[in-house]
Amino acid sequence: MPSAWETVIGIETHVQLRTASKIFSGASTAFGAAANTQASVIDLALPGVLPVLNAGAVECAIRFGIAVDATIAQRSVFARKNYFYPDLPKGYQISQYEIPIVQGGALSFPVAPRSGEPYIKSVRLTRAHLEEDAGKSLHEDYQGMSGIDLNRAGTPLLEIVSEPEMRSSAEAVAYARSLHALVVWLGVCDGNMQEGSFRCDANVSVRPAGAQAFGTRVEIKNLNSFRFLQQAIEHEARRQIELIEDGGHVVQETRLYDPERDQTRSMRSKEDAADYRYFPDPDLLPLDVSPQWIERVRAQLPELPGAMRERLVQEYGLPAQDAAALTASRGLAQYFEQVAQAVSDKKAAANWIMGEVCAQLNADDMDVEHCPVPAPELAALIARVADGTVNLKTAKELFALLWKREATSVDSVIEARGLKQITDSAAIERVVDEVLAANAAVVAEYRAGKEKAFQSLVGQAMKATRGKANPQQLNETLRRKLRR
Amino acid sequence: MRPLSAMACSLCRGSSNDAHGKAAGVSELAHASLTELGAMLERREISAVELATYYLARIDRHRDLNAFLDVRAEPTLAQARAADARRAAGEKGALLGVPVAHKDIFVTRGWHTTAASRILEGYSSPFDATVVQALSQAGMVCLGKLNCDEFAMGSSNENSAYGVVHNPWDRDAVPGGSSGGSAAAVAARLAPIATATDTGGSIREPASFSGVTGAKPTYGRPSRWGMIAFASSLDTAGLLAVSAQDCALAFNAMLGFDPKDSTSVDRPQEDYTRHLDIDLRGLRIGVPREFFAAGLEPEVEAAVRAALREYAALGTQIVDVSLPNSALGIPVYYVVASAEASSNLSRFDGVRYGYRAKHYEDLLDMMRKSRAQGFGAEVKRRVLVGTYVLSHGYYDAYYLQASRVRRVIADEFQRAFQRCDFLAGPVTNGVAFGFGEKSADPVAMYLSDLYTVPTSLAGIPAMSVPCGFGRLGRPIGLHLMANHFDEARLLGVAHRYQCITDWHTRVPRGY
Repeated sequence: MPSAWETVIGIETHVQLRTASKIFSGASTAFGAAANTQASVIDLALPGVLPVLNAGAVECAIRFGIAVDATIAQRSVFARKNYFYPDLPKGYQISQYEIPIVQGGALSFPVAPRSGEPYIKSVRLTRAHLEEDAGKSLHEDYQGMSGIDLNRAGTPLLEIVSEPEMRSSAEAVAYARSLHALVVWLGVCDGNMQEGSFRCDANVSVRPAGAQAFGTRVEIKNLNSFRFLQQAIEHEARRQIELIEDGGHVVQETRLYDPERDQTRSMRSKEDAADYRYFPDPDLLPLDVSPQWIERVRAQLPELPGAMRERLVQEYGLPAQDAAALTASRGLAQYFEQVAQAVSDKKAAANWIMGEVCAQLNADDMDVEHCPVPAPELAALIARVADGTVNLKTAKELFALLWKREATSVDSVIEARGLKQITDSAAIERVVDEVLAANAAVVAEYRAGKEKAFQSLVGQAMKATRGKANPQQLNETLRRKLRR
Repeated sequence: MRPLSAMACSLCRGSSNDAHGKAAGVSELAHASLTELGAMLERREISAVELATYYLARIDRHRDLNAFLDVRAEPTLAQARAADARRAAGEKGALLGVPVAHKDIFVTRGWHTTAASRILEGYSSPFDATVVQALSQAGMVCLGKLNCDEFAMGSSNENSAYGVVHNPWDRDAVPGGSSGGSAAAVAARLAPIATATDTGGSIREPASFSGVTGAKPTYGRPSRWGMIAFASSLDTAGLLAVSAQDCALAFNAMLGFDPKDSTSVDRPQEDYTRHLDIDLRGLRIGVPREFFAAGLEPEVEAAVRAALREYAALGTQIVDVSLPNSALGIPVYYVVASAEASSNLSRFDGVRYGYRAKHYEDLLDMMRKSRAQGFGAEVKRRVLVGTYVLSHGYYDAYYLQASRVRRVIADEFQRAFQRCDFLAGPVTNGVAFGFGEKSADPVAMYLSDLYTVPTSLAGIPAMSVPCGFGRLGRPIGLHLMANHFDEARLLGVAHRYQCITDWHTRVPRGY
């Protein structure tokens, strides 16, 4: 049943930047160290300390801004967001407020809805600003007390805010995935969602389909996986629609998604929202980014996924869908190009990578950077299929050997294990004759009109060649001989 | 740095020691200038250990002033021994082995740092403030930590959680604030020089009230690293000393770019003694007419006008200038400084260090009670004012508007400096007041800073130089101001006055 309601979604993403040290101190940002061992006097907000901006974090923001075709502010300002919380050591968070470093921009990405044709969606970005992360409160481990771990305090964040331009959970997830791929691609974020390197909040509202005005929005926090993002949006949209249809109205509030119960619950309403008393941080001068700095960063930027998608279509004649799949990460795209450049059948390279390679990577939960089959070997394998040295079935077995590191060179293992495809027609005829002679009953069945019997004979013949016969030749020979 | 011999001032008659004649029967050593102490150390007439021991004894003898909050012989003598060792190894330096005391706003290893607040009682910093470290590297020996108004908020030192400081000239008078301990210590010669901080007048007002020389450099010249923040855009480290010459010597070690402070100014190192013998002929001293308006006590005006006549006699041209909006300095200051303070003091929450309330319900209650019990009344007043002016819906009317007016005031100074090289006027409208006289009326207290606040808002260097005495023998200061980064000439202008007057060498009876 088509819904009479339209869901409107905007997403705020906190991206932890991959700098070696924190945004305002020299302490390490590495994840997982013993509590409070990576908090400097600055992160602890001891009396007398002052922040000094990490230029590396600024550079990450510039990279991102260029990649989404945004305006990089020549002058942006750090403000203090004042509130009390035990894991916020200074009693304020340093964050860009009125004038962020990245302004505007857009992100285009493919959406594959559950029903209907895939399409390209473009979402405008409002802004992206630099800020520092807070520490962590650990309430569970200490009976009647709270533990505070300030290792995360001061980790640089880029908060990326989209316009409310997504209209379904599928679009929201596609946006988040694409954004995730982009920040990892750019090298500004490690993308580790379990460790909190990429965190999404969704602003969700509903309105009657075709309406212009937005409904009242609800912010959902704590969405640390794409699946939760999708579930939370779907749940929240349903909740709002039911509420309105039952004669109620949506209250502007912040809700927390509980993945275990698949529901959202109220955290605080707009009335409870703290007055953060923003004002420019007098400890930091306005951040000036010169056009030269921007150009320097631009020159070092890798090819961006959008541009690469188009180039893969142009240069390798791939379908757009394949190009999109292969540019899911920079590593995968690089792997594809290495393979594709070494083989004549580019589509075969794409198929192998999207099929066998990605399936194995997923099964082993592995990055393409750690793929045990080097690109030149996959290229060799594809070449051996193309030149008829091995058939596809053998090739897949070979691939499995390479994956398990039981073989290192395609050609030597073909040689050593005698896997070379049999294309000698005399040899194939000999095998076929033997199979026909040994399976008179099956032959009779075939001749009586049982098509299935043919497959059985093919199987027998293939088995006799230990799978090495050229399948096409084998089929033809068998048909020809049976027709007699 | 120039050799010591070159620093003796050619304009002072004879040696500076003899020139500024002293009352008979007082100790020579305590009244020696920084230059003289350095020379004595260099001639091995005294060791740094002997000097430190001597001052520690004086500090102990005059404990009743309550100028010091933390004195520890052990680290002091260790530093003195180190200085002696350095000199024995052939190192030279005007400050090597000379004692100094630090306002308790500067964090120090070896001594507690409390900002004169209950909330930091017993706090030990794991690092030294850049200013402390710089003076220590030059070989200065720390005598201890000096009392002040809590978090440098006050004009009388009555806001210290650890008791008032007495003015050595008159025990019934306040020494000024917030650097009251620094001013009283130098006035009583418990230290030859002391660090201090000036946010709206906290160096110059106590210098004036206590009859010592106070110097606040350009904002951004001294590092703020390790200076417990009150109002970050105004806080400036400086000195209280006997003379401008002594300030210049110590500034040579103390001022400079610090990459740990983003508002620190990256300029080449300067020799602040290079203009001590400045030729005043042809220089113009501007006198802002607004600084002589109603409210200025006649005895202060008379002393300041007399000083201006001395300058005229030295060949300077006295010109009339106007700072029409300087009176707005006080409201602007109390909006901007309180706003920044309300945020800067948020870190004192009882969570990581400092005072924590004994009884509380939950986390938030713990923070609330720790702050309620740990902060004094004036600090709370300013945190409340600051929180209010930054609140949603009030920000534009207060903070933003105040920031705009601040700009107007700063521009007025720039216009004035087109007509003159320096500015001069009173530091305060009256001499030091008595305990309790103004503490019941915060606004009256705030008006003590009427003449000092505008320069703080403009970030320009300024000094207070002793220029006479008023009722009850309480000192009066002359306010000298210069444009940004012109402190070397400013010190010279002050020094030339001190070459022909002896107000600054006078020592209160009994010290």
